[in-house]
Amino acid sequence: MADELKDLKIELSKNGIFTTTLEELYNWGRKNSVWPLTFGLACCAIEMIATTMARYDLARFGAEVFRPSPRQADLIIVSGTVTKKMAPQVVRLYNQMPEPKYVIAMGACAISGGPFRDGYNVLKGIDRYIPVDVHIPGCPPRPEALIHAFMTLQKKIDEQALAGSTRPRHLQKDLPSEFPVPAFGEHGLEPPQNNDVFHEAAGNPLKVIQ
Amino acid sequence: MALPPVEELKAQIEAGVPGASATVIPNGSPSAQHSLLLDHAHARAVAEFLRNHNEWRLDYCTLVTGVDWPDTETSEKIKVKKLVKAADGTESEQEVDEVRKTKVPGYLEAVYHLFSMEKKHGQVVLRLRTRNRTDDTHVPSLTPVWRGAEFQEREAFDLYGIVFDGHPDLRRILMWDGFKDYPMRKDYVPPADEIPVVETHS
Repeated sequence: MADELKDLKIELSKNGIFTTTLEELYNWGRKNSVWPLTFGLACCAIEMIATTMARYDLARFGAEVFRPSPRQADLIIVSGTVTKKMAPQVVRLYNQMPEPKYVIAMGACAISGGPFRDGYNVLKGIDRYIPVDVHIPGCPPRPEALIHAFMTLQKKIDEQALAGSTRPRHLQKDLPSEFPVPAFGEHGLEPPQNNDVFHEAAGNPLKVIQ
Repeated sequence: MALPPVEELKAQIEAGVPGASATVIPNGSPSAQHSLLLDHAHARAVAEFLRNHNEWRLDYCTLVTGVDWPDTETSEKIKVKKLVKAADGTESEQEVDEVRKTKVPGYLEAVYHLFSMEKKHGQVVLRLRTRNRTDDTHVPSLTPVWRGAEFQEREAFDLYGIVFDGHPDLRRILMWDGFKDYPMRKDYVPPADEIPVVETHS
């Protein structure tokens, strides 16, 4: 059915008639005006800043307005090493953002702990506590990689349904928009991961399943 | 005037600070950075002596760090005389090889690197050792002598568990207050639920 509609749309446009759906229009608007949070953690943040400047110009994708308040932001780019001491603050910032909200985990540290994975002080991936939409590998990823991640996110936003069972989290009333903030325990963060969010096989690149 | 060799330093410290004893810890590597191990009771007085000495003026402490020396076990083969029963039932005294194991208790160490801004020379390396790694991990603080040691002694306290007596503000500095472990010790094991399970094809 969807394909038939698409064909019909193309056919109509050939004859000078422009048609659209509310969903397409709505997502087209949303994906071209994503406001990221002014937030950086480590060296990846320098690449993120470079991405927004004249040479790479993230403004081409409608994401040049970095907001200094989580209340006005749609996207949090976790750019850099998340230490265990910093993790509760990152989760709290995410919780303070209004829906719909998206997360890009930028760089080896943010997706898995990176070179500090075997250390005592670094969180082994922010996807243990908040749902990540796009992961970018690299140490640090180049601005092109961040732009690619951003385009991937735009594609994801474009494909989100407004109705039906596949509609995203922010349109389902019973799904949470805030996630528990981990506490400082005697030996590490408690809990070590939020099992509602963290899917070990997907989030753990070291796990090889037989 | 340049700094004298470490043996000369030791002699002058012991002459200048009554009752103090310093032990030279030789460094066999090409850098030959020999160091001085101080006793707890006179460490503060020795530090002040080194800082105020007219010719040395070691007024700048660049580094404080911790070192963990775990318990070690040495084994040696010794010959012991023992009654041995032969196959025909007669007993005779014979020499038998036995392995004797000796446990050497470990300790924690605080290391200080000293330079002189005034005289433009250095470095002198001081060491302080705790009695063991478990219940007596105290050493005297040298922060009252070199104020710059404050945060670094806190770091050694945080990550190694060395307690600096006389430190003005001894709290954890990198990890949070409720943290119980000392992550830079050699026997530290991170929480089990964080270690990734790696299953491989056999």
